[in-house]
Amino acid sequence: MELVWEGLQKAIEMLISGDPEVFQITWLTLRVSLTATLISVMLGLPLGVFLGLVTFPGRKLVVTLINLGMGLPPVVAGLWITLLLWRSGPLGHYALLYTPTAIIMAQVLVSLPIIIGLTTAAFQQIDPRLRLQIKALGASKWQSFLVLLRETRLAIMAAVMAGLGRVLAEVGASMMVGGNIKGETRILTTAMVMEVSKGNFDIAIALSFILMTLAFLITLALTLMQQRKRSA
Amino acid sequence: MKVQRLRLMLWGTILLLLLAGCQTSTDDAGDKEMILATTTSTQDSGLLDELLPLFEEKTGYIVKTIAVGTGQALAMGEKGEADALLTHAPDAEQELERSGDVINRKRVMYNDFIIIGPVSDPAGIKGQPVDTAFKQIADANALFVSRGDDSGTHKKELSIWESTGIDPQGQEWYVETGQGMGDTLNVAAEREGYTLTDRGTYLAFKHLLDNMEVMVEGDESLLNIYHVMQVNPEKSEMINSEAAEAFVSFMVSEEVQHIIASFGVDTYGEPLFFPYAE
Repeated sequence: MELVWEGLQKAIEMLISGDPEVFQITWLTLRVSLTATLISVMLGLPLGVFLGLVTFPGRKLVVTLINLGMGLPPVVAGLWITLLLWRSGPLGHYALLYTPTAIIMAQVLVSLPIIIGLTTAAFQQIDPRLRLQIKALGASKWQSFLVLLRETRLAIMAAVMAGLGRVLAEVGASMMVGGNIKGETRILTTAMVMEVSKGNFDIAIALSFILMTLAFLITLALTLMQQRKRSA
Repeated sequence: MKVQRLRLMLWGTILLLLLAGCQTSTDDAGDKEMILATTTSTQDSGLLDELLPLFEEKTGYIVKTIAVGTGQALAMGEKGEADALLTHAPDAEQELERSGDVINRKRVMYNDFIIIGPVSDPAGIKGQPVDTAFKQIADANALFVSRGDDSGTHKKELSIWESTGIDPQGQEWYVETGQGMGDTLNVAAEREGYTLTDRGTYLAFKHLLDNMEVMVEGDESLLNIYHVMQVNPEKSEMINSEAAEAFVSFMVSEEVQHIIASFGVDTYGEPLFFPYAE
């Protein structure tokens, strides 16, 4: 338990002294996580809405696969992305392996199914009579979509938070496709794994405090947004 | 109004971050970059943190270090996924050299392996020769913790078992962690078992291992020799062989050998590696 205290002190010390490496790692973590989440939301939201509102043959199979993807082990995602990005792989000539872009790709792969799946569920929960009513009021497709989006906003914000949480917590895939390169692809989680393997538990705990603070602040902002809209 | 402004600000921030994220992917340093696949010990000890900035300053090449076990580093060389390798499994390296997967292989440095165990020494191996120590551990059914991860250290351990004629695989007293040296040391300490480790990692973890001490050391067969080598440029057109060649020359240069000799003395009171260039 003494270690936790030491770690907390170390975290404060690192932040106050303005350790450039810690700031760089934290900034990269933030950038990678938010970019991946944003991409997942931009792709996942429309897909989720589509799956939630439209019926077509084979839809159940697609939904099953999405639901399976919600539990996709990050290491599996990392392995697939690695195979894709290897020099000998299909995307090899872009030299993307061991770059932040590769990490973002892996993060999108693990968070996209979560966003799609939860959005689908949210839209399926809408009372069909509401959809009829909107139609009866003469709303255009776009207008009715906006009304439905408003109706499901709580659930959708929850989906965004779940996706972001997955991305912030992820380590296995980031290690594999990012390579934990100092100054380039080292993010908070991979740095923690490395510090533990070096026996620097105090630094690892300090980094964990920084990561949790970061997660708290982002989630707080999103929660405030979610709850404020509700009362508005 | 207030809510809208907040929303606008939030989206603005997110957009900015997105742009920042894309930016990194496009500024490609191209042939100025090289990938070095190496063992975790060189990274974890901090040696590369000291050497690489010097190399980058001298040559202008940027080194991306991928610290994996020796097994994976060699596999990356075999597939042409790295430009240079720094590993410590001479036999396996020689095989790659023979098959033409790697070229320009040079000896760089060494340190040594040691056998550590619980202070109580249940198998009574303290001060014994290496082979005898391993045999006694087996005879006493004393716990042995292996890395089991195809690393250089693991390969070394297996070669010692082979020379004793004992097959530890599947024995009740033989535990494989499948993890790095640090994690394996922690498991050994927690469960009071013996293990083979490189001295550098042991020194870094010593303060966490109260109940453990060095049992066997100093035997010539416990030398842990590191080699640096280039991946054969014929393996892939993406290999940066000029950078790799420069890296090999850099590692065996007098200046670097000098740095290696003194590295770690400040922290541990003894060097972690010894210069050993041919």
